[in-house]
Amino acid sequence: MTPSDEEIRRRQKGRAIVMALLLAAFVVLVYAITIAKMGLAS
Amino acid sequence: MTTAAIEAPATALPADWRDFLALTKPRVMTLVVFTGLCGMLVAPVPIHPVLGFTAILCIALGAGAAAALNMWYEADIDALMKRTRSRPIPAGRMAPEAALQFGVGLSFFSVLLMGVATNWFAAAILAVSILFYVLVYTVWLKRRTPQNIVIGGAAGAFPPLIGWAAVTGDVATLPVLLFALIFLWTPPHFWALSLFVRSDYANAGVPMLPVVAGAKATRIQIMLYTLPMAVAAVAPWPLGLTGALYGIAASVLSFAFLALSLAVLMNRATEPAGMKPEKRLFAFSILYLFAVFGALVTDKWLVV
Repeated sequence: MTPSDEEIRRRQKGRAIVMALLLAAFVVLVYAITIAKMGLAS
Repeated sequence: MTTAAIEAPATALPADWRDFLALTKPRVMTLVVFTGLCGMLVAPVPIHPVLGFTAILCIALGAGAAAALNMWYEADIDALMKRTRSRPIPAGRMAPEAALQFGVGLSFFSVLLMGVATNWFAAAILAVSILFYVLVYTVWLKRRTPQNIVIGGAAGAFPPLIGWAAVTGDVATLPVLLFALIFLWTPPHFWALSLFVRSDYANAGVPMLPVVAGAKATRIQIMLYTLPMAVAAVAPWPLGLTGALYGIAASVLSFAFLALSLAVLMNRATEPAGMKPEKRLFAFSILYLFAVFGALVTDKWLVV
C-alpha cells in the first residue's frame, strides 16, 4: 500500500501553511527587534 | 520483512507538521520557559520587552531542538517502551533524518537569534546547554550510568542562567544558585517518580537507579540530594541577594520538601501500591519549584 497522491498533497499543504505563518511571524519579530535595538542606541 | 512492510510507506509520506511539534516536547517546555523568565526578571537591570520575549523564545526553541535531537538518537529505545512507543519516529510517522535535520536547524536558529537579539554570551550558554543535553546526557551517559538523571538535571538547570545572561551579558552568584537549585532538585523529583511508576526502562537497557540499585538505595540518594538542594534554595537570603519574603518562603517550602523526603526514606514498600510518600513527594516537588521561583520574582518586584 502506498500513500495516495491526495494524502501527500494534503500533508504538503498543511506544512506549507504552517511554514508561511511562521515566516510571517519571524518577519514581524525581526522588525520589532530592529525597532527595539534602535531605541536602545539613541 | 514485517518492519520493511511497515516502514516503507510511512517514510514515503511527508510527516505531518504536528509531529514536528511533538518532537519538541511542548510540555517539558513549560518549566523551561518559566524558570528562564524568572532568571530574566530577577536580573538587576530591566530588558526591553521585545528583546526579553525573543530571549525566552530562543530558550524555548533551543529546548525544543534538544528534545528533537534526543528523540532522533533514542528512537531505538523509545520503540521498546510503552510510554514512548507512539512518538513520531518509532511509530513510523516520520523519517529519522527529518527529525535530525529539524533538530540541527532549530538549534542553529535559536542560538543565532539569541546572539543577534541579546548578546553572544547568552547565545553561547544556550549552545552549551543544547550540546550538553544531546551529547553528554543523551549520547554519552544516559545508557551508561544510573546517575544519568543527575546529568540530565544539569541540562534542565540552564534556563535561569540564560535568562539572566540575556539581560546582563554575564553570570552572577544568584543565577548560579538557581542553576544549583534545579540541578539538585531533579534527582529527588525524578527518582520519586521512577520508584512508583513501573517503567520498562530495564527492557530498553537504560540503567535507572531503582532498577539497578534497588528502592532502598534510591531513597537514600533522594535524601542526599534534598539536603544540598534546600541549602541552595535558602542561600540567596543570608547572602543578601534577596529579601526576607523569599527567605521565609524558601525556608518553609524546603522544610516541607525535607519532611516529605524523610517520609520516603522511612518507607519500606517495594510495590507501587505502598508508595504514597513517593507520590506525595513527586507531586510536591513540581509545586515546590514553581513556588520558589515565584517567590523569588515576587520578592524582587513587590518588596524592593
